[in-house]
Amino acid sequence: MKLVKAIIKPERFEFVKKALEEKGYAGMTITEVKGRGEQKGIALQYRGKTMSVDMLPKIQIEIVVRDSAEDELIGLIMQAARTGKIGDGKIFVLPVEKAIRIRTGEVESQ
Amino acid sequence: MALDTGATAWILASTALVMLMTPGVGFFYGGLVRRKNIISMIALSFVAFALVSIQWVTLGYSLAFGPDVGGFIGNLNFLGLNGVGMDAGDGTYPPLLFMIFQLVFATVTMAIVTSGVAERIKFSSFIIFALIWTTVVYDPLAHWAWGGGWASQFGSLDFAGGTVVHISSGFAALALAIVIGKRTGFGEHLMEPANIPMTLLGATMLWFGWFGFNSGSALAANGLAANAFVVTNIAAAAGALAWMFASWYHGKPSSLGLVSGAIAGLVAITPAAGYVGAMAAIAIGAVAGLICYGMMLLRIRKGMDESLDAWAIHGMGGLWGALATGIFAAAAVNGYSGLIEGNVHQFIANATGAFAALIYAFVVTLVIAFVIDKTIGLRATEEEEYVGLDISQHGERT
Repeated sequence: MKLVKAIIKPERFEFVKKALEEKGYAGMTITEVKGRGEQKGIALQYRGKTMSVDMLPKIQIEIVVRDSAEDELIGLIMQAARTGKIGDGKIFVLPVEKAIRIRTGEVESQ
Repeated sequence: MALDTGATAWILASTALVMLMTPGVGFFYGGLVRRKNIISMIALSFVAFALVSIQWVTLGYSLAFGPDVGGFIGNLNFLGLNGVGMDAGDGTYPPLLFMIFQLVFATVTMAIVTSGVAERIKFSSFIIFALIWTTVVYDPLAHWAWGGGWASQFGSLDFAGGTVVHISSGFAALALAIVIGKRTGFGEHLMEPANIPMTLLGATMLWFGWFGFNSGSALAANGLAANAFVVTNIAAAAGALAWMFASWYHGKPSSLGLVSGAIAGLVAITPAAGYVGAMAAIAIGAVAGLICYGMMLLRIRKGMDESLDAWAIHGMGGLWGALATGIFAAAAVNGYSGLIEGNVHQFIANATGAFAALIYAFVVTLVIAFVIDKTIGLRATEEEEYVGLDISQHGERT
């Protein structure tokens, strides 16, 4: 299994959620986070002075899927979250050893 | 005339009540925008209050209430409050008090206009816009209705400012929204209100302040003031329930619908408060709730980003109120009859006053906004808008 962790623009979240839902990926955990990338946020020009706003609000989506679904999921997130502008975010993929459903105790490891 | 201490005391208290409405608009609007723009919305109302206060005592009061020039505007006799004294002149209260009572009306009008530019206005440009708008739009309109201008000579009734305050600000907000354009991403993704409880508190300040707005406009502590107080509350209640039930039909009875309906009712009863009785107030308020709800839906359907619905609620609610005053005015309340009592002229006079103000406010605002946009620019840059006006314009965070 893989943990797909996508950090996206908050205003794209509804699109991503809808795109994933249409392909059957309903379960997810989200966190409101702040962060910055290589550009160190956004630099604003104010009266000739530069004021930089780093740590912009983002939404982090975490979804665990079988290995076979990884590529499709990443493709869907890319498509729905992308605006083509700076700050669209990043996707990280991590290995997952096992998943346990608390209600039933059911264990899934592959 | 001799100074009436009762009247003077009540106008003093009313002025303080109405003052609360300007920040009230700020909190009402602040809760409706996204979190990155809450401070900006409240700051716009506060700066409107400060700017218009200074404009009013130096120039605005004289333009609105100075001796009439051609029915259009007052002259400059009262410039810098020259001759605006502490002794009761022609009335039963000091002209100085009347001046400050009118000041808080001018400030709240300016605050209502900010709906049309929410989340995208460049703060410095708003300051320039506000100074021009209050001078060129508000002051003449106040003169037409209350300062001895053509509308009052023609017999158009506006008790507390349905036309002067609400039609003018509502249609100005629409004109501004057209010139400045939609918020980035409007219609593409959800722009959910950041803080509904703050909006409800703002609405509380508005409802509370409105007692001073309407009842204080009797300019006396008497039965007419009591009537205005009563019908104000009744229309607000009827508007709240009407909007709630209408929106319930489409979904849930939201708290935002309740208070929006209350404000619609308050707007509509404003011009009528001194001319109609309690039962007419139920009709005026309820119809206002339905009309304004419908206008909000229409605005959304048309994809128009008049962001916080000043047009739907203040503009269209004010228009209904002006017409309703011409329909429901009852001689038993204040000696004026409306359409129901067979006085067609009253309806025509009110419709004329309302539509003239509507067109004047809309067209002149379009021109002012257009010129400012082409010269210094009305709108914040795309990055500033994306980061939010709180940080980009004020350097502050909620």
